[in-house]
Amino acid sequence: MRLPPFFSGGLVSPFKLRKLGILGMNARNVRYIARYNDRDKYPIVDDKLNTKRAARRYRIPVPDLIAAFETQPTRTRIMQVIEPLQQFVIKPARGSGGKGILVIVGREGDDYLKPSGSKVTALDIQRHVSNIHSGLYSLGGKPDRCMVEALVDFDPVFDKYSFEGVPDIRVIVFRGFPVMAMLRCSTHDSDGKANLHQGAVGVGIDLATGKASHAVQRGLRVDIHPDTKMPFADLEVPGWKDLVNLAASCYEMTGLGYLGCDIVLDRRRGPLLLEANARPGLAIQIANGIGLRTRLEHIESMTLEQLEKNVEERVNYSMDYFAARATL
Amino acid sequence: MSPRAQVYILAALLTVLGAGLTIYKHFALGFPLLPGEYRTVWTIEAKVSFDADGGPVKAALTLPRSQRNMAVLGETFSSSGYGFNIIHQDDEHRAVWSKRHASGRQSLFYQLDVHQTPGAALEQPLDLSTEVVKPLLGAREQEAVRQAIYSLVEAGRARSSDVSTFTSELLLALADTRNQDRNLIFGYYKDRNFVDVALLVLAAADIPAHRIRGLYLEDDRRRLDPEDLLEIYDGKRWVVFEPTSGTPGVPKNFFIWQRGGKSLLDVEGGRNSSVTFSVISNDVPARDVAMLSTSKEKEALVDFSIYSLPIEQQSIFKLILLVPVGALVVVLLRVFVGLRTSGTFMPVLLAIAFIETQLITGLSIFVLILILGLWVRFYLSRLNLLLVARIAAVVITVVILMGAISVVSFKLGIEQALTVTFFPMIILAWTIERMSILWEEDGPYEVVIQAGGSLLVAVLAWWVMTNRYIEHWTFNFPELLLVLLAVVMIIGNYTGYRLGELARFRQLVR
Repeated sequence: MRLPPFFSGGLVSPFKLRKLGILGMNARNVRYIARYNDRDKYPIVDDKLNTKRAARRYRIPVPDLIAAFETQPTRTRIMQVIEPLQQFVIKPARGSGGKGILVIVGREGDDYLKPSGSKVTALDIQRHVSNIHSGLYSLGGKPDRCMVEALVDFDPVFDKYSFEGVPDIRVIVFRGFPVMAMLRCSTHDSDGKANLHQGAVGVGIDLATGKASHAVQRGLRVDIHPDTKMPFADLEVPGWKDLVNLAASCYEMTGLGYLGCDIVLDRRRGPLLLEANARPGLAIQIANGIGLRTRLEHIESMTLEQLEKNVEERVNYSMDYFAARATL
Repeated sequence: MSPRAQVYILAALLTVLGAGLTIYKHFALGFPLLPGEYRTVWTIEAKVSFDADGGPVKAALTLPRSQRNMAVLGETFSSSGYGFNIIHQDDEHRAVWSKRHASGRQSLFYQLDVHQTPGAALEQPLDLSTEVVKPLLGAREQEAVRQAIYSLVEAGRARSSDVSTFTSELLLALADTRNQDRNLIFGYYKDRNFVDVALLVLAAADIPAHRIRGLYLEDDRRRLDPEDLLEIYDGKRWVVFEPTSGTPGVPKNFFIWQRGGKSLLDVEGGRNSSVTFSVISNDVPARDVAMLSTSKEKEALVDFSIYSLPIEQQSIFKLILLVPVGALVVVLLRVFVGLRTSGTFMPVLLAIAFIETQLITGLSIFVLILILGLWVRFYLSRLNLLLVARIAAVVITVVILMGAISVVSFKLGIEQALTVTFFPMIILAWTIERMSILWEEDGPYEVVIQAGGSLLVAVLAWWVMTNRYIEHWTFNFPELLLVLLAVVMIIGNYTGYRLGELARFRQLVR
């Protein structure tokens, strides 16, 4: 078994981290989340059905909702919904950290296929739905709602950079200004998951251009994807400005000052908002190789007038101001 | 006001309140700051004995008044066949024994437990008589004594500046056997003791004075006669003198039994009466002394506290009061170190379970049942049960496992395993459920990290919570929880890096 990174490689001085503008977990909690995110706005992001509803109101594109089960459904009802579908995603409305998401990409006889190729029986799906309703994946074990979503028809542009999984783009939006972005590429190591601590590659994306600027796997710099061997230097997110625009408009939608937006690229529809997060993690700093703090403090020091810009102006400002230095 | 400033102000207030109450309890009520402190408690026994004439008997003994430097912890009277009563009269307390018929040698006992606390023995002002009765020495043959007395007074007055120094000089002169005047006086008053004579001379000098009866507290003294001190009035306040040395002030280990006033003992219907004292010292835990000495006055701080609960509830509270300390450990490790644990306060609950089971037993039972429970849960999850039913099934399995472990270990002669009780069981079932979800979602690696983190924090919390100082402070000074609250609030404001982040972000520093 691997040792956790904590034990291998030693520590750095906190003063150095400070000087580099790295944001720590305590500072994030006290100075940003507690100060800029009102608790009464949390239900909008913590419940994905609420997020979808709000997104519709603000004309933010999201993956299609096929069905939502408010109560524990009967087997026949689940089957009725699932039967005509070849591809779908089942998720809990209040799951956190990607927990409880079941992705089905195809069918084989009576069985369903996961992206990894393993088979799932109808009984497994029913059990999964039942678990979601019992609150297995929700915070504090509260009874949850279950949603069936259309599988996103992923833009093949990232196929070369992703292994067995779904790449998504995380943009941190602070007071409406996009401040940092990264692409999370699953690897064989991460078992098709896009979680950096499970071995996915984090690719820092330059806000100005949408081009990859830095890439990291398990805390170590990489230049090529470990499975597909593609160099990240060639990676460029198409329609970057639209994507950043979408992220920035989540500020109006949620009213949250410090926000992480998870966005996927659909082949036909372009960027779709997968979910928003009121407590986005700090791994984005590692993926980009730079700290968040300086950027956040820059926006904190803005005058009211500067803060009252519309989405377009905010995006332009961020693109200008937070352009990255590529290391790839 | 900014929330941050509010936190600091609130924390400061809480700290002052908590620390203030603690200091008050320590200094004013005598609660010991450290565990295992012992205090000396003196048990003083007064034995009243006399020969009864056969008729009705009444014996009255003056009892000590409460005094500043002595805390009376308890008193007992033994007087078989006697009626007993305590009367309060002219600011004096007297124990009165009475019996219709009594003959022969009688013994009555009064026993007192006192604890000496630092401080002045006497309080001023006191409503004591300042009347001076001049000695009557009119007869011719008394002329010499009178001369001697006044010459002593004159000599003392010449060598002193005020009443206090005069008394010192006078007492020194009375103790000096080479002094002719002194020898003359003592020759005349053969049947009187030193204090009687001193009182007489002081009266001649127009200084109000009386005797103080009491005892020197020394261990294992039997059949002591009461000893006397002198108290004089210098025009403003009463000053106590040790008669033979002439030094002012109450000697340190002197216990004042009677101050001024009437006789020590009055016996009606009996002869040859006497009071003797015996003194022994005991070392008693300091907290017991504090509890005893405050319970009388019903100090609100003690009365409205957990000490007023029955002993059984107190022992439960002893455990509950440790929970905040465990919580502090969790907060410290999460905020400053960044250890990942499953659930925020599960480690505290585990630590409490370990307190009940002992650490090694608890740890091994925990790991054993966690492994068995996880295995059972994996099997149950394949049976397509509803989640609630499955958790219930896990709980039942855990109970069966615990029962089995208890029985087996008892047969093997390991009795500690029997201490696994109700509380740890629920924590275990809950942990197993959480861990198995974690296993399915994030893999066994994450289970090991989180279970290991939880156990590490639990062991640290257990270690702190079983510290005898911590136990002592939380139970005896629960107001320190306010200080703890303040500390937690200030930690909640910490925006610096966690220890784990110094490793996590190290590649950003190039």
